[in-house]
Amino acid sequence: MSIPIRTGSRAPTSSARSAGDRIFRVLSLGVAGMILLIVAGIFAQLALGSAEAFALFGLGFLTGQTWDVSMLVFGALPFIAGTVATSVLAMLLAVPLGVATAVFLSEIAPRRLAIPMTLLVELIAAIPSVVIGLWGVMILGAFLRDGVEVPVVGAFGELPFLGSAASGSDLLAASLLLALMITPTIVAITREVLSTIPQSHREAFLGLGATRWETIRAVVLPQARTGIIGASLLALGRAMGETMAVTMTIGNADRLPSGLFDPAQTIASKLATSWGEASDGVERSSLIALGLVLLFLALALVLATRLLARGSLRRSGIGR
Amino acid sequence: MRSEPAMPETTARAKEVTAEPDLEEIEVRELIRVIPAHHARANDPEAGDLPGAMNLDAVSAWYGAFRAVRDVSMAIPSRQVTAMIGPSGCGKSTLIRTLNRMHEVIPGSRVGGRVELDGQDIYGSTVDPVRVRRVVGMVFQRPNPFPTMSIFDNVAAGVKLAGPRPDRPVAEIVEHSLRRAALWDEVKDKLASRAVALSGGQQQRLCIARALAVEPEVLLMDEPCSALDPIATAKIEDLVRELRDSVTIVIVTHNLQQAARISDQTAFFFVDEARSGHLVEIGPTSAIFVAPREQLTQDYVSGRFG
Amino acid sequence: MNRMTDTGPVPARISLEPTVAEASRRRRDRAWTWACFAAAGTIVFLLGAIVAMVVINGLRSLSVQFFTEEMFGYEEGGALAAILGTLQIVPLATLIAAPIGVLAGIYMAETPDGRVAGLLRLATETLAGIPSVVIGIFAFTVIVVPTQTYSAFAAIVAIAVIMIPLVARSTEEIVRLVPGSVREASLALGIPQWRTTVSVVIRTAAAGILTAIMLAVARGAGETAPLILTNVGNQSVNVGDLGNAMDSLPLFIYFNSGLPSEFLIGQAWAASLVLLAFVLVINVAVRARTIGRRAA
Repeated sequence: MSIPIRTGSRAPTSSARSAGDRIFRVLSLGVAGMILLIVAGIFAQLALGSAEAFALFGLGFLTGQTWDVSMLVFGALPFIAGTVATSVLAMLLAVPLGVATAVFLSEIAPRRLAIPMTLLVELIAAIPSVVIGLWGVMILGAFLRDGVEVPVVGAFGELPFLGSAASGSDLLAASLLLALMITPTIVAITREVLSTIPQSHREAFLGLGATRWETIRAVVLPQARTGIIGASLLALGRAMGETMAVTMTIGNADRLPSGLFDPAQTIASKLATSWGEASDGVERSSLIALGLVLLFLALALVLATRLLARGSLRRSGIGR
Repeated sequence: MRSEPAMPETTARAKEVTAEPDLEEIEVRELIRVIPAHHARANDPEAGDLPGAMNLDAVSAWYGAFRAVRDVSMAIPSRQVTAMIGPSGCGKSTLIRTLNRMHEVIPGSRVGGRVELDGQDIYGSTVDPVRVRRVVGMVFQRPNPFPTMSIFDNVAAGVKLAGPRPDRPVAEIVEHSLRRAALWDEVKDKLASRAVALSGGQQQRLCIARALAVEPEVLLMDEPCSALDPIATAKIEDLVRELRDSVTIVIVTHNLQQAARISDQTAFFFVDEARSGHLVEIGPTSAIFVAPREQLTQDYVSGRFG
Repeated sequence: MNRMTDTGPVPARISLEPTVAEASRRRRDRAWTWACFAAAGTIVFLLGAIVAMVVINGLRSLSVQFFTEEMFGYEEGGALAAILGTLQIVPLATLIAAPIGVLAGIYMAETPDGRVAGLLRLATETLAGIPSVVIGIFAFTVIVVPTQTYSAFAAIVAIAVIMIPLVARSTEEIVRLVPGSVREASLALGIPQWRTTVSVVIRTAAAGILTAIMLAVARGAGETAPLILTNVGNQSVNVGDLGNAMDSLPLFIYFNSGLPSEFLIGQAWAASLVLLAFVLVINVAVRARTIGRRAA
């Protein structure tokens, strides 16, 4: 390391020292202020931009079911419902699959197998969502349409919760794709948490005559609980905000989700599909209001994660 | 993760304990005379009929390509305390883990030779390690109560695995086990509180209670006092002497006085460049400490190295 | 001493044969082990299938033209405009985000208990949790609306805002890993605090900070949603004119995938392959070290 070390005779004067410190401090504070300003600006801009919509529709905007550009009537419910439906479905699949995968990689698999599999899963988390969306619409959507939806609808007709459009661009495709996208997040964090659990705790239970699975159930997973919940919150945040993969696979129909095989729309996909053609005024303002709703959902998750982290810190001995 | 090979700090710890003022005055040989129990137990003719006797035949253990234990053959008589002593890295902690098939939990590990429990090979092809660990319990170097469980649940954890027993409610087993581990009086009013709130010595006795609750025939103790202060250590030693009547005990220790105080027979292990961890000598504790056959043993028990 | 009266009748010899209950517990163990394996196998298979399909379909459509020509109509051309666009947008966004993120990260690490640092930490956490499409709206309202035109500049700002918290949080973590002794040794030599931070801490943590920036670049290169809101409408080559819209690889993939042309969909696959290769190369390079360290 080559730090210029000055000897006594050429020691920096105290004023030079404090000048450097001051510049550094001012620079840091400036950057800090800038980031705070950006965050505040995001909230302010979305609030300002959505003011017109909320002035017109009030809180009824949140419960309105119609989105009609020609009549200038805008309600957010179909998109809120679509966001909730896709996220919940994706979580129902991704959490058990992700935790089971993490358990396999960290507790069961021999290292030869675990290392390449872990690398692959973690790399997938980095693939741009537009690329995953392309795969979703071209490969997954086509498979669901021809391999699942058309045969099912052909055999049983219209079933409750399923619907009949069966185009492969629908709630099912979007939710499955979302599940696939957020699973690596859950796997990566859960695996990390599992690896922090001391081997001695596993050995203690194995030493009592427990099977490996009993050890995982009674000792390993309870200690990883906080971490798994944190991972799930993070994944839920990604699922709710995910735009491209959903936009490309959900079918983009501005109505309440009616069935797994029917097209729908989320807040994010609505923004992506309608932003370009939107006219300034009420329509733009209503779209920004949708963004504000999404922002608050995201904020709620950030706060929940903070509370979780703080809670686990307070309970000493467990978690991190 | 624990690792027996190369662990200099354990030696340092053992030396600290050895240097306790009330012990350093007393020669090991003095201790042998003070506690004559070994002789009686070693000569008890009926002890051989009781369950929980083990026999090792050319046992070796590897971590990957590293051989930690080489060709150990010895007998562990039923209802006696067998102490394993020797310098760091001599393979004694690895060897004790082969006795309940815990060694194989470590990835890349391997065991060779034959380990018999009451005449049956515990590495037999039809034997489930889960069954072996049920019969051969284990207490570890550092107290490791389950942090998410209460005191009660810690002790009950192993019992519940086997399903409910119509003849004995879990609460009764828990109380009995805590009493056997001399911990009942200290924790009976706070069974529902978390186990990690106990002191180190209490935690270790809790771990002993936890192991006793599944009623093993053999109890393996891998340096159970290495993380404890002298008072807690003394309590554990008292406990070992009491438990000897109902369970076979194998204890690994760095503390020679401890081995002398509590064991019926002692096995001395050694490691050098030429040979990985191997058994140098085994015999009644008084013989090993007073009149060992091997010069190496003599040097070790008289404190000339290690 | 009479042991028989002490312990009662001699118990039966220990059996090592599994009991009925143990056999069923063992079956449960096996079943769950297989279930976990099946879950991991499914996930790895599906994720592997994504990569495989992008590689197969991408290679089929990749050509010299893809790198050298603009798009002409529905049947001819390449992604030159998109490639050049991404090569401008991403580095410029990095140029904005990296210094801000690194400084903020160092500040948070060096003053762990300060009130400003706490606020800053909350802000970066919040920023990291805000969906990118929302950040697109923000860039639209602060840049597109006043300038009255979609522009590459708006996209650059949006992507920079997305990258800042990524860089800041990783930098904070990495700088925290620098041992306090290194810092104290330097301070004890009479080197001022800021010099200590800049030369000692940053130099020690340089590799880690670079890693953080590279991962943020990989993330920024794939961001699409903010671009759709701020930077659409130009499919021709645009070099240097940040005041107007600029094509980019993510936009190229998105718009071509929705068009009824085999050729254009093929181009979308090819662009996906290029983007995927870029992102994965960065990640593999960065993670190869981490994984190696973890295995040790």
